[in-house]
Amino acid sequence: MSALFVNLAYIVAAVMFIFGLRMLSSPATARSGNALSSGGMLIAIVVTLLSKGIVEFHWIAIAAAAGALVGALASRLVAMTSMPEMVALFNGSGGIASLLVGWAALFGADPNSAGAVTPFTAVTVFLSVMIGGVTFSGSLVAWAKLAEVVPSGAIVFVGQRVINAALLGGLVLCGVLFALLPAPDSPLFYAILGLAVLLGVMAVIPIGGADMPVVISLLNSYSGLAACAAGFAINNNILIVSGSLVGAAGIILTNIMCKAMNRSLTNVLFSGFGAVKTVTKVEGDVKPIVAEDAYLILEAASAVTFVPGYGMAVAQAQHVVRELGEILEANGCEVSYAIHPVAGRMPGHMNVLLAEANVPYDQLVESDDINPRMPNVDVAVVIGANDVVNPAARDDDASPIYGMPIVNVDHARTVFVLKRSMASGFAGVDNPLFFGTNTRMLFGDAKASISALISEFK
Amino acid sequence: MELIPVYLAFILILAIFLGFELISKVPATLHTPLMSGANAISGITIVGALLAAGAGGPSWLATLLGAAAVFFATVNVVGGYLVTDRMLGMFKRKTDDAP
Repeated sequence: MSALFVNLAYIVAAVMFIFGLRMLSSPATARSGNALSSGGMLIAIVVTLLSKGIVEFHWIAIAAAAGALVGALASRLVAMTSMPEMVALFNGSGGIASLLVGWAALFGADPNSAGAVTPFTAVTVFLSVMIGGVTFSGSLVAWAKLAEVVPSGAIVFVGQRVINAALLGGLVLCGVLFALLPAPDSPLFYAILGLAVLLGVMAVIPIGGADMPVVISLLNSYSGLAACAAGFAINNNILIVSGSLVGAAGIILTNIMCKAMNRSLTNVLFSGFGAVKTVTKVEGDVKPIVAEDAYLILEAASAVTFVPGYGMAVAQAQHVVRELGEILEANGCEVSYAIHPVAGRMPGHMNVLLAEANVPYDQLVESDDINPRMPNVDVAVVIGANDVVNPAARDDDASPIYGMPIVNVDHARTVFVLKRSMASGFAGVDNPLFFGTNTRMLFGDAKASISALISEFK
Repeated sequence: MELIPVYLAFILILAIFLGFELISKVPATLHTPLMSGANAISGITIVGALLAAGAGGPSWLATLLGAAAVFFATVNVVGGYLVTDRMLGMFKRKTDDAP
């Protein structure tokens, strides 16, 4: 098949990716959009296989069959609560694939360069190995933290920033030298490879659990940029177009996550948030409530908003929450779910969990939309969320999370907080919400507490 | 020939701007599927992997690297699209029939 035809087919594939992403703008068309996008991928793969450049098929067949099996099994078996881990691993596999493509390009896999490594190829190979390597090892560390294989908190030590800056400096230096003296078996290349993988690890370990949405978004962006760099290394348009679409998507999500925490990207990446000391002491009485009394209040309510956080995912409480929501609706109550952008461990994590539990997506509302209506809400039920409902972020300019947009549950007529104990949230900040006059604490496991409420209704 | 890098950079810049336009319209509800779907698209690096693994060049190392890249990129593409489809299948409107 001629190169002309192949490139025309790549244009078709790119258009299908673009329309696929466009159709993600509404939940009603999103699924067909994803199918369209996968069709584009199929076209790109098939025309590449039919192109003149490919003369050997047996390695491809073995590797592709094994990869398809692993990918299909992983996507079927993963639980929705583990979606952040899954996405981290997929990011990592995209990163290492781009790294390997860049590496192979050194040996003249690109028919245009016919064996010789030009400085341009060397620079692009350097970029794809660097970005791919950082994406790969960074994603593995992110996965290990999310899966709690290693402690999920920030790991900080003295001189960390100096070491990371030195790593990055060394990497760039090796890249420059490599571009000046390009050769497939250059020791400089192996130095780049090692430094990139090390940098990925070092860059992610100082980032704590609740900042994971930012890291996952950023690594997502890197996996696209790595594909983009590999595209430069082998002069391939479709890699550049698709890679930069993904890169842009990741950057936008990163930006949304940072805004939702009122922190800059540099602040998230370079300062372990757990290290911040709290200054404000909150005083007052905590008013516990038992399920029977909570039932009486819910039974009389005409508008209830659930505010889920990572604790709901940990307790696997999404199904009982939906059941309680349905009972309340049958009781003539208006039910909604207020979702803060950084609730959970990745962007949109809570939405997916609630959708899995069959909560209709028109009941999922963003915090900006629910906040003006909050004074008319009879009961706000906070399930395993803490920092995203902390009024100190709004009222107390000495608080480390001051300025972060929150769900104003304290403006509701009554607030139920479902919590295991009085421990403070990830940010280590006391939450004045728990001491509010309209707040009642329902202590215990979230799933057990909600189940107790459901049995009160029956 | 020396203009090729410039053309490629031109494509890059336009695609980034297009990406910003497209993605900023995606609602927060769909951010997780957006991320896994975009991740599947980044598996496009499979095209480069196929070219490296199937070139049949003199270097066995290039073939080996290419084959490994095909494996990882296929995991990324197949897993990414399937898991996104699975997630999107769960998003239902109130009027839809529950399964």
